[in-house]
Amino acid sequence: MIPRPRPQRFRLRRTMMFMNAQKPGLIKDAYIYGCDSIMLDLEDAVAENQKDSARFSLYHALKTIDYGDTEVIVRINGLDTPHWQEDIRVCVAGGADGIRIAKCESAQDVKTVEAAVLEAEKEFGVEIGRTLLMAALESPKGILNAYEICSASDRMFGVAISGGDFRRCMQTKFQPDGVDMLAARGHMLVAARAAGIQCFDTVFTDLDNDEGFMAELMQNKAMGFDGKSLINPKQIRPVHELFAPTEKEVIWAKKVVAAYREQSAAGVGVFTVDGKMIDIAFIPGAERTLKLAKACGMDDGGLV
Amino acid sequence: MINAVGRNIPDYLLKDGKEVYQGKQYMDGKYIQKAAPRTVRYEKPVETKVVASIVDALKKCGAKSGMTFSFHHHLRNGDYVANMVMEAAIRELGLDNLTIAASSLGDANDPIADYIEEGKVVGIQTSGIRGRMGDVVSQGKLKTPAIIRSHGGRPRAIEAGEVHIDIAFIAAPTSDCQGNCRGIGGKSNCGSMGYAMTDAKYADKVVVVTDCLVDFPNYPASVEAIDVDAVVVVESIGNPKKIASAAARISKNPRDLMMAENVAKVIASTPYFKEGFSFQTGVGGPSLAANLFLEKFMDERQIKMGWAIGGICGPMVELLKKGKVGKVIDVQDFDLDAVNSINQTPNHFEMSASQYANPANKGAFVNSLDFVVLAALEIDTGFNVNVLTGSDGVLRGAPGGHPDTAAGSKCCIIVTPLIRGRMATVCKNVVTVTTPGDCVDVLVTDYGIAVNPLRPDLIKCLDDAGIPHVTIESLQEKAYSLVGTPDDLQWEDKVVAVLEARDGTILDVVRQIKPFKL
Repeated sequence: MIPRPRPQRFRLRRTMMFMNAQKPGLIKDAYIYGCDSIMLDLEDAVAENQKDSARFSLYHALKTIDYGDTEVIVRINGLDTPHWQEDIRVCVAGGADGIRIAKCESAQDVKTVEAAVLEAEKEFGVEIGRTLLMAALESPKGILNAYEICSASDRMFGVAISGGDFRRCMQTKFQPDGVDMLAARGHMLVAARAAGIQCFDTVFTDLDNDEGFMAELMQNKAMGFDGKSLINPKQIRPVHELFAPTEKEVIWAKKVVAAYREQSAAGVGVFTVDGKMIDIAFIPGAERTLKLAKACGMDDGGLV
Repeated sequence: MINAVGRNIPDYLLKDGKEVYQGKQYMDGKYIQKAAPRTVRYEKPVETKVVASIVDALKKCGAKSGMTFSFHHHLRNGDYVANMVMEAAIRELGLDNLTIAASSLGDANDPIADYIEEGKVVGIQTSGIRGRMGDVVSQGKLKTPAIIRSHGGRPRAIEAGEVHIDIAFIAAPTSDCQGNCRGIGGKSNCGSMGYAMTDAKYADKVVVVTDCLVDFPNYPASVEAIDVDAVVVVESIGNPKKIASAAARISKNPRDLMMAENVAKVIASTPYFKEGFSFQTGVGGPSLAANLFLEKFMDERQIKMGWAIGGICGPMVELLKKGKVGKVIDVQDFDLDAVNSINQTPNHFEMSASQYANPANKGAFVNSLDFVVLAALEIDTGFNVNVLTGSDGVLRGAPGGHPDTAAGSKCCIIVTPLIRGRMATVCKNVVTVTTPGDCVDVLVTDYGIAVNPLRPDLIKCLDDAGIPHVTIESLQEKAYSLVGTPDDLQWEDKVVAVLEARDGTILDVVRQIKPFKL
């Protein structure tokens, strides 16, 4: 049995790679590709008459595979299906780090899942509050209720948009410039930031379209996403490279953090670095840059 | 006697000056007397050397029981010629006590297993042995131990007279009536004929078997008429679909690609990666994909490859055509892109196996090689590689050019997944040592990279480039933690195959496998 450390609610989540929880060949060592989180799927990837076997596969994977530092999240079936309660029991019993709530539309959906998670934690003797949650917004209603969803539980670490279902609801399809989901992405980001949780973009499914993928990534970064859902290991590196801070940004962040520690120890709240005014508001951003730099191997992480 | 890779070689094999393996470059500087071939004078003009059938050719060459016949493997799994010749010799002429000296043997040669079981074929000397032939030899049914040699070790043994070829049979995609052969221009093209060249020069008699007779002179010739006694025209020498695949495609498997990228990173971290560097790679998934990533690094650094050697396939031809490699020197072709390019694309040349890899000459191409990227069935914590026997102990592979390129190159990189199904590729002890660990420098797996402690210089290169690496022991432990510790194989005492190191010393032996019981 592989004991997993207590999941961190806030950690680096640039890349979340989806894979079918029923496929041992995929899930046995998905961590080797270096994504931040893996997303073991019990929902759409698994055929309706295979849900039970997928849960067995998932449970044994969670119990026997050492995923190391890679976060392990499970996408459970929607609340409108007969599967989700059993899915949650398996996730909690197996010790998954988090659960992704599919087709989430309201704060009540989050609370419903939270209650079932709590019950399962008690049932299996798992530390109360250990299992994290994230929500997938797949409908216009979900997007409009984003803020109440994001702030519905202390277990919530993030929210993601799911492009396939959302585009269908909106009677649109993928556009290279992202205009099809621009409003939804923007609204979800504002809600997530207001609630203080992370925000992830949808998958890019055209694996041969490298240019399109890069364009979408650049827009994701510019809009302020924390990370992206992926469907293939080859998508990991472009995300990590693009989301990496520049060397200039790292040097600046180091200066800011070092100066802040020095000045605040001396009782100074506002000061300047290279002629720019700095106060405590700059610190979380600078620390995030350094964490990213450490994850990208650009910095030893001494100041993180 | 225990040799330098820790293998126990029975003393009875150490006769007639045969020694056990003593380490890399042990034979360096030693003199050898070549077994100068015996030939015959055709002073009187001969109108044509074409004879009606293989039987006639055998008769013309004085074939008799107890002889050694040689074959090349350029027709790969499409080869019909070895089977045709053996059938004619055994079934039609009633010969027995025969030895086959082939550059390699594959599944295509399954029918020869019958002749081994009947005791008609008593000796096999080859690089590769697979399929039914591998099974029957592993079951101890061959009268004498098979001798397994590398592609460089074979011409060495022929030139030294350790193998005396009575009749060489050269399957030729095209030939003229005098026996000038080429690997192109016919209906069963194979491109390079590099493995046949030493046979033609050293055999007592040479028979060309072709399915496409062309006008004299068939030039430039891979095998020359001056060495040929007879030409036989048959309906078909092989199945073109199995001789050369349409095109070797670069893998899309993310695991292969990740390993390939790491191989390229390792290469780019060394001081040998500079303008004019030389390179060889295999055609396995991750090995071949290394080409792709290497090209990116070459572009970034604005350098070009000086030359590439080996078995050649499409992606390397592509690099040549793009002007990113200076010369491609080719001993064998793996796909139609390479077959159609050799001697056609400027700077794509043919070479013999001796020039490619023979350790007993004044410097084969492998000796000047900077990098080689190779696969492995197994690699152990001493960096010894097995590419011959399966985890069940049965013969099912070939050392090929593996030991030659590993020994000659400045940086030998093995790329392989850590596990295959339930089998640990990185293990404590390989079943058979085909490439000694002192020739292997870096191991790239999907779970991490390990550098041979014999190469502190390369360890520093990786550290300086920020490429993470671990010990090979930790990879082996990881593998065993995933799939369990394998049970030891159960062997009989009888040696069924002797594995020669490329320098002619004995590297390992393969014993008869005990039937598996639950």
